[in-house]
Amino acid sequence: MFQRLALQGFGGVLPVAHKELVEREQWLSGEEFVELLALSQVLPGPNIVNLALIFGDRHFGWRGALAGVAGLLTVPLLIVLVLAAMYRQFAAQPQVTGALRGMGAVAAGLVVSTAIKLSATLKNSVMGVGLAAAFGLATFVAVGLLRWPLVWAVLGIGGVSMAIAWWRLTRASRS
Amino acid sequence: MSGWAMLGMHGLGWLDLAQLCGHFMLLSLLAVGGAITTAPDMQRYLVQQRGWMTADDFTAAVAIAQSAPGPNILFVALMGWQAAGLAGVVATMTGIMLPSSIIALSVGRYGRRRAQSLPMRAFTGGMVPITLGLLVSTGWLLAAPMREHAMAWVLVLGTAVVAARTRISLLWMMGVGAAVGAMGWV
Repeated sequence: MFQRLALQGFGGVLPVAHKELVEREQWLSGEEFVELLALSQVLPGPNIVNLALIFGDRHFGWRGALAGVAGLLTVPLLIVLVLAAMYRQFAAQPQVTGALRGMGAVAAGLVVSTAIKLSATLKNSVMGVGLAAAFGLATFVAVGLLRWPLVWAVLGIGGVSMAIAWWRLTRASRS
Repeated sequence: MSGWAMLGMHGLGWLDLAQLCGHFMLLSLLAVGGAITTAPDMQRYLVQQRGWMTADDFTAAVAIAQSAPGPNILFVALMGWQAAGLAGVVATMTGIMLPSSIIALSVGRYGRRRAQSLPMRAFTGGMVPITLGLLVSTGWLLAAPMREHAMAWVLVLGTAVVAARTRISLLWMMGVGAAVGAMGWV
């Protein structure tokens, strides 16, 4: 399963992971997926590997975690090594570099489309759609446009966002 | 750098390999937001401090791994390959994966046991919007090299809309991107 996922993932596996796990196999709801991703993102290490580990472990135990990571890495590793061996010839071809740029643009669009699909989960946010969307936008401005280091974006914006979520949750449980 | 010479250890001893693995283990713990965030330090260690690869080889390794299928983390395998062949791949990949994987598994299990607790619900509630913002940022940065081409904007936005609205296979969209790029339009 994670092998099929890895092979399709030119320029990033995440959109493919969402399509397969949520839309095709329906092993996860959109909300579960984005929660898993949130956790994978703040932990050290590659996001998609963390996601495969945690997902595999929850559904199939530690063997599932191992299988998830092995499937994700084995075949692409071989392909990358072969590509590296051929790199000298293939880097000189303008069609090849052009094709890679075109695929890069599509990969960028796919990541954005994953964000669009997952934004539906904001409707159920504990802090309300408006505020949640504002925090998402602030993160994009800080990391995408202003190029803040990720740690500061997560600690700063994420810290405020989590504090508000905490406050709303305690208030809701009291009333 | 060709053929069977790549399979050897390039004259590196076991101690070198252990140090290589150890250095990547350290980076693994620092790699919040993906391994690519530690690439500057890898460059410093492999190219400047150890002289195990040239700066050109380093940049090429990152570019190859980004353009190939599979997780981007594989650029770390290429670093190991160029420094010390297959033994190097094992050293760098074990180093970068093992510490973070152990943490991910333990935190994942802890988070599941405590899923309904207040801290966990505040964490996911607060972090989900941040995660979405980071996704859009990733798309923005992936498109960075071609932002001055109008056709690239068409590709990025077209893909985003088509992929969000329809169930067309992602491979077809990649094919369109490759064809448009091969014509020299982006």
